[in-house]
Amino acid sequence: MAVKVHVTSVIQKAVAGQREFDSDGATVAELLSNIDRQYPGFAEQIMGTDGVLHRFVNIYLNDEDVRFLGGQDTPLSDGDTVSILPALAGGAR
Amino acid sequence: MPISVYIPSPFRRLTANREYVSVEGTSIAEVLDAIDTQYPGFANLVYDREHKVPTHINIYLNNQEIHDLQGTATSVSDGDQVAVIPALAGGADGRAGSVRGNGAAPPSSALTPDEVMRYSRHIIMGQVGPQGQRKLRNAKVLVIGAGGLGGPVALYLALAGVGTIGIVEFDVVDLSNLQRQILHQTADIGRPKLQSAKEKLQAHNPHVQVVEHKMPITSDNAMAIIPNYDIVVNGADNFATRYLVNDAAYLAGKTLVDGAILLFDGQATVYEPGRGCYRCLYPAPPPPGLVPSCAEAGVLGAITGIVGSIQATEVFKQILGIGEPLVNRLLLIDALSMEFRTMKIRRDPKCPLCGDAPTLTELIDYDAFCGSPPLEVPIATEA
Repeated sequence: MAVKVHVTSVIQKAVAGQREFDSDGATVAELLSNIDRQYPGFAEQIMGTDGVLHRFVNIYLNDEDVRFLGGQDTPLSDGDTVSILPALAGGAR
Repeated sequence: MPISVYIPSPFRRLTANREYVSVEGTSIAEVLDAIDTQYPGFANLVYDREHKVPTHINIYLNNQEIHDLQGTATSVSDGDQVAVIPALAGGADGRAGSVRGNGAAPPSSALTPDEVMRYSRHIIMGQVGPQGQRKLRNAKVLVIGAGGLGGPVALYLALAGVGTIGIVEFDVVDLSNLQRQILHQTADIGRPKLQSAKEKLQAHNPHVQVVEHKMPITSDNAMAIIPNYDIVVNGADNFATRYLVNDAAYLAGKTLVDGAILLFDGQATVYEPGRGCYRCLYPAPPPPGLVPSCAEAGVLGAITGIVGSIQATEVFKQILGIGEPLVNRLLLIDALSMEFRTMKIRRDPKCPLCGDAPTLTELIDYDAFCGSPPLEVPIATEA
């Protein structure tokens, strides 16, 4: 399924400086693994070596948090937008 | 030129919903009669049975209340502006003219002429009006931090007349702050941010009370500070404080207006107790060093204004009870594309703080939770 992927500034450098790019996958898990193949080092930014997403990173399918859908097994459809959002705190420390 | 008369929202049902009517007259009495001729029944709203303007109705000629002039015999000239402002649910004496001098009027009393003029752009809006302005005056809002986000938030709260603004801040002004922290200026470098902030806020609006909490917010003091306020606004700059403020606001039953910025991104949302919290969104903080701070990665200064203004707006919506709050919605701002997107966020039934079976019933050691070193409080170079 062809989807649009949005990332925030923090992840940009892991995906060749893009904030928005196209990728594909039948599920969120497949999409993330495809992105990692396209941009090696990407997976490390958002998940542990066990493939479990870092708890400070949220993934949205369109505007819904996939945690409340099927997690990484959430199926994707053509034209979906997947947003990857790590927590940010701002500031000095 | 006729006389322009402002009609308050409760009376507009009689004036075909018009906010302003134009009539001819040489005195207030003639003006009111002219309005009654055009809109029958209007006189009954502004006059009592003895044909006197009752104390709960204030009539302003330009910005003076007519009881301080010649009452309804006061002459009016072409181009004058008259405003009819009912002092609804006011104090024992609803007449604004009875509150003398500058400075804060008792919260339940009618607005002073100075306040009516100062906040006129609020008062003339149906969704605010004099009642709304009094709600703003009665409100007590706590702002965590007087830096990038706390600055614009506190500033807009002060401009709007929020009666009590508490600020928690322990830091001193640094040169690198000046790129984005609008409350501080070059002459403030080395001074405590709290003092700098308070001076600027009061210079903008002497009617507001700025309560200083010159300390970092910690597990030891948060539950003593937060319950004194109605709403908490997060302007924190680190994860430990975010989790602390979230937990404390929830445990104190207070709504939290949250915001965050980094690089060219901004986020804003509102947490109402029972409808999700920061932990529902981010159950655990990133290990130290994995997500950069603004000091490490940078931030475009103006983004603090965007997010801070949005936070202030959400505070006003809470106080006034208008609009749809950003509850269960995470607003994402990508300043480079200037795209604003909204993600749905929900209460997580498994959340340890606000879920169905909470395990967190008191504040914890947040530095340990986040793995960050304990904070160092700087010493001001100038009192």
